[in-house]
Amino acid sequence: MASLNVRAALLSISFLILALGLWEMSTQPPAATQATSEYELLMGISGQESRVPPPSAVIKVAWAELSNPFYDAGANDKGIGIQLAYSVYRVLTGYLAAMAIALPLGFLIGMSPLMYKALNPYIQVLRPISPLAWMPLALFIIQDSDASAIFVIFICSIWPMLLNTAFGVANVRSDWVNVARTHELNPFKTAITVILPAAAPTILTGMRISIGIAWLVIVAAEMLVGGTGIGYYVWNEWNNLDLSSVIFSILMIGVVGMLLDLALGKAQKLVEYKE
Amino acid sequence: MSKPFLEVDGLSKVYPDGQGGDLTVFEDIRFALQKGEFVCIIGHSGCGKSTILNVLAGLDEASSGNVVMNGKEVKGPGLERGVVFQNYSLLPWKTALNNIIFAVKARWPKWSKDKVREHSERYLKMVGLDHALNRKPSQLSGGMRQRVSIARAFATQPELLLLDEPFGALDALTRGVIQDELVKIWEETRQTVFMITHDVDEAILLSDRIFLMSNGPNARIAESVQVNLPHPRSRATIFQNPAHHKIRDYLVDFLVNRSGSAQPEQDGTPKVIDPSAGDAAPKPAPAKPDTETETAARAVNA
Ligand SMILES: Nc1ncnc2c1ncn2[C@@H]1O[C@H](COP(=O)(O)OP(=O)(O)OP(=O)(O)O)[C@@H](O)[C@H]1O
Ligand SMILES: [Mg+2]
Repeated sequence: MASLNVRAALLSISFLILALGLWEMSTQPPAATQATSEYELLMGISGQESRVPPPSAVIKVAWAELSNPFYDAGANDKGIGIQLAYSVYRVLTGYLAAMAIALPLGFLIGMSPLMYKALNPYIQVLRPISPLAWMPLALFIIQDSDASAIFVIFICSIWPMLLNTAFGVANVRSDWVNVARTHELNPFKTAITVILPAAAPTILTGMRISIGIAWLVIVAAEMLVGGTGIGYYVWNEWNNLDLSSVIFSILMIGVVGMLLDLALGKAQKLVEYKE
Repeated sequence: MSKPFLEVDGLSKVYPDGQGGDLTVFEDIRFALQKGEFVCIIGHSGCGKSTILNVLAGLDEASSGNVVMNGKEVKGPGLERGVVFQNYSLLPWKTALNNIIFAVKARWPKWSKDKVREHSERYLKMVGLDHALNRKPSQLSGGMRQRVSIARAFATQPELLLLDEPFGALDALTRGVIQDELVKIWEETRQTVFMITHDVDEAILLSDRIFLMSNGPNARIAESVQVNLPHPRSRATIFQNPAHHKIRDYLVDFLVNRSGSAQPEQDGTPKVIDPSAGDAAPKPAPAKPDTETETAARAVNA
């Protein structure tokens, strides 16, 4: 009997073929005899354009795009690779900035009940705000669409990292803290050599949640600010009514999101420990 | 007599009893340890042994009284006092060797990398773990973990070693093997040790003196029993010494019959008893069945 992995792979491929087949069939052009509806006539939409493109069309677009992902032919015509690179750059910049603040602050909150009590009300109010709600304010204050998108990523990825860091730090087993105490480690050394490794799995979980949210948000943010990035690309292709490109870029968003998550998953494996 | 190495003076611990009142777990604990002594403390569960040990370690604070070591009052934890916790407390993300290196580096920050490593390996070898240097605690058995923990404590060569039921979670066979190892290490190092145990035989094998604690609340260290058995001792032969039986009988009798009522001397210091010289338990004081908790049962069955 084949191994579980082989069987799962076979099943996955069959599902894919089945789904693509159904999709292809359901998007065949209507028979010539079928009359265009009055509504469509009125609206001036031709039957051709209102149909979702078949997978074969999407694959064709994908082939064309992926064979030259980094071409740059002006503001509204850049390769998918360039657009994704813009988005990834914004996500990483905002994300790293959030990390630089969330980790030390999370440590502080986790180690000091006083700080926890003092800061908790603000965190509770700020956290549920949709990151996109910050956009107008960011645009007004920063006066720069690119930096505003980065700010939105910053604000949305800071919360899970902050809360998980604080939680992880606050819940380090007291035995391990006692080990640090009996060995006369100063607070800084204790934080680095005992609390950080002990809380690292929880912190990494927060970082993984954050990168997922950041990637969700960047698409919407770029639709708003425009210019460059995968979010803008999707919106632009929609305005061009190029649905094949829209579907293709949706898939690419999924793939890049998965890669980001995989990277954080690997990092998580590195810091995990068994008790 | 010279000033003792460690002096414990009138310790007590009060907790809120949960109903608005106070609960005095133990009170007026007084004793002294000489340098190089191995002392065990036995008492029923909940009488406050761990709390006393944690106060000595500086991890907990007494409600009153003080602890003076080498003429200095103990305030907070310090490297001159090493602790072996019941649950080993190894850092699970570090290998066995790195757990020891962690402690050795903290103790001697100026040592070179090589020296730290060599020193750490020597102590792991001492507990027979030279084959498991690079394994994480999760890949070690309970006995092996406790060995690492003991090696860590001895490696920092503290002036006072505090052990809280170090073998409590181990099976009888493993426990015996590690007891032998502890005897061996102690014969080599002659460190001052203060250890909690529930096991009468373990206490006799290891100690120079055994403190007996009365039951809480308001527990006291009522008696200090001399263990006049020659060193080096061995688990296999120690019970051939007639003094062994006398000491053992005395301890078991205390735990079963007298731990509820026993009191220290008028001045608060424990009564000094030497069963090998014929000191026997003051007779009557019939056993109250409700004082016979797990400890006594285990001591008798052992
Ligand atoms: N935080 C606390 N609040 C209230 N009571 C406490 C607290 N910690 C410990 N106690 C009480 O103090 C007493 C002594 O506890 P301790 O752990 O020192 O006992 P022990 O002698 O080590 O017992 P065991 O042999 O079971 O380990 C217990 O009766 C316990 O209920
Ligand atoms: Mg205890």
